[in-house]
Amino acid sequence: MKPWFQANNVGHHFGGLSAISGFNLELRSGELVGLIGPNGAGKTTVFNLITGVYRAAEGSIRFQGRELTGLTPWIISGLGIARTFQNIRIFKQLSVLDNVRIAHYRRTHYSLAEALLHLGRYRREERRLTRAAMEILRLLHLESYADETADSLPYGLQRRLEIGRALATGASLLLLDEPAAGMNPSEVGQLMEFIGWIRGQFNLTILLIEHQMRLVTGICERVLVLDFGVTIAEGRPNEIQNNPQVLEAYLGQAEDGGQMTDDGRQT
Amino acid sequence: MNRHWTIGLLLLAGAALSWAIPRYELLNPYLQATLMYLGINIILATSLNLINGYLGEFSVGHAGFMAVGAYASAILTVMLLPVGAAAWRFPLAIMAGGCAAALTGLVVAIPAFRTRGDYLAIVTLAFAMIVKSALENINAVGGPRGLLGIEGLSTMPWIFAWTVLSVWVIRNFVYSNPGRGVLAIREDEVAAELMGVNTRRVKIRAFMIASFFAGVAGGLFAHLLQFISPRIFDITKTTDILVMVYLGGVGSIGGSIVGASMFTVLQECLRPLGVWRMVIMPLLLVLLMLFRPRGIMGLRDFPWFRPSVECPQRPPETHPS
Ligand SMILES: Nc1ncnc2c1ncn2[C@@H]1O[C@H](COP(=O)(O)OP(=O)(O)OP(=O)(O)O)[C@@H](O)[C@H]1O
Ligand SMILES: [Mg+2]
Repeated sequence: MKPWFQANNVGHHFGGLSAISGFNLELRSGELVGLIGPNGAGKTTVFNLITGVYRAAEGSIRFQGRELTGLTPWIISGLGIARTFQNIRIFKQLSVLDNVRIAHYRRTHYSLAEALLHLGRYRREERRLTRAAMEILRLLHLESYADETADSLPYGLQRRLEIGRALATGASLLLLDEPAAGMNPSEVGQLMEFIGWIRGQFNLTILLIEHQMRLVTGICERVLVLDFGVTIAEGRPNEIQNNPQVLEAYLGQAEDGGQMTDDGRQT
Repeated sequence: MNRHWTIGLLLLAGAALSWAIPRYELLNPYLQATLMYLGINIILATSLNLINGYLGEFSVGHAGFMAVGAYASAILTVMLLPVGAAAWRFPLAIMAGGCAAALTGLVVAIPAFRTRGDYLAIVTLAFAMIVKSALENINAVGGPRGLLGIEGLSTMPWIFAWTVLSVWVIRNFVYSNPGRGVLAIREDEVAAELMGVNTRRVKIRAFMIASFFAGVAGGLFAHLLQFISPRIFDITKTTDILVMVYLGGVGSIGGSIVGASMFTVLQECLRPLGVWRMVIMPLLLVLLMLFRPRGIMGLRDFPWFRPSVECPQRPPETHPS
């Protein structure tokens, strides 16, 4: 059987800089996999290639039997891949509710004419998607903020809203780019629980970039380590932690004796 | 329900007034004309706001689309459709003007939205200049002298009806998911695309809708002034519409109505200044964009504009007994 998700020998460069090369990744449905590595290792680039923001220069990315390279981000989104961003990118000046409703864009079943005249399926569909969006907000405890503008939320809730928006697309593969950035230890604990919970609730496969090792070792089943665009290690979190190559990659960057915690980085 | 009745009654009263005012000369002809230009200005401001406010791009071609609509509809009533009392003749001509402008909008939008980024200002500027010089060189429509002898078909009830229809349709659009796609693009184009929004198509659509209503306004304008010439639709006209949008507020339909109203009054007050008006309006635009870039009602709207299906249904509050 073909793997559910497979990146094969993927490479990409910016000008002369090779951001990622020979990247391989297989995901089974339902897995929770971590992607770690020092700053500039190419982690976010992997997300951008999977979601079609950049088009991979080499290799292939297949998802549920379909080749993703060359597809536009909105088609890839429709296939069931959603992501969050390292620096939150919610629709700041729109309401919390609208942020989530937009995620239903590809599953809105009324025509432009029906939208312009508010006729036919418009009312029924609009009610349905408003209810679905409110349900997501309720599950995320954001319900009472529905009519607030998104940028009026505190930082932690903005992160949660961004995840909610990704969930609302109906995705089966969720890519989280440093979801714990800027969080204190107790918030990180809550986030770990939250990720585990949405994974079960929404039947997700999750690929997650993170610098906070506590989160990675706590919830990831498998970890991939990147350094300078190359995968230098892969395995269970506890195996990775003691891998000399990995320690060295992080040592070159951190001064605290190879401790792979890097939470003060995001300001 | 209650709100629907109030709005319905107000509209009915407006329609009755738009019929009674000219019929019984409740206002002097000057005020009547001003009111009718106000309606046209509201259509122009609301439709341009769709691009410059809701979509967050910068178009300076609105007068060009207005010209396309004005000429297309005037050609129809002056030359093609037989003079007669047929009631459908005028609405048909206005619709045709709108469609001609929308198709022109498509032709402009395809290259303008080819890639991410801001080409729209340049493309629409070029477009406005091309329209003007093309019209100046077509003798069949009067060339630089313009087209004379247009019937005064734009009566107050017609203008009222078209204004209400235009505002209603654009409001419907922005409170629908295809319309929210437009807003999402303004907020973050990449994120919008990752939410499944086909950004290029959404932009083209929004641009065509805006062009359509600019064309409608142009048609109404032509049959109100009864004379059109290429000069009327130059960049000064676009500047006027931009002032309305940025004065009233970007991304707000209520704002466009307020902006168009204030502009129309201001314009009448400044009329004694003559040519100096040409200096004051652009100056006002620059000042607005510097000091109040969002305008009076920027990104906010009258709460009663919001369709009821749009509002979240919350379970009723449970009161502790
Ligand atoms: N759009 C771009 N143009 C040019 N260079 C880029 C671009 N995006 C990323 N890079 C470069 O590619 C390399 C990998 O970047 P990437 O953002 O993938 O790193 P990362 O692993 O996510 O790092 P961080 O932990 O800092 O987020 C870096 O050297 C970066 O400077
Ligand atoms: Mg990154």
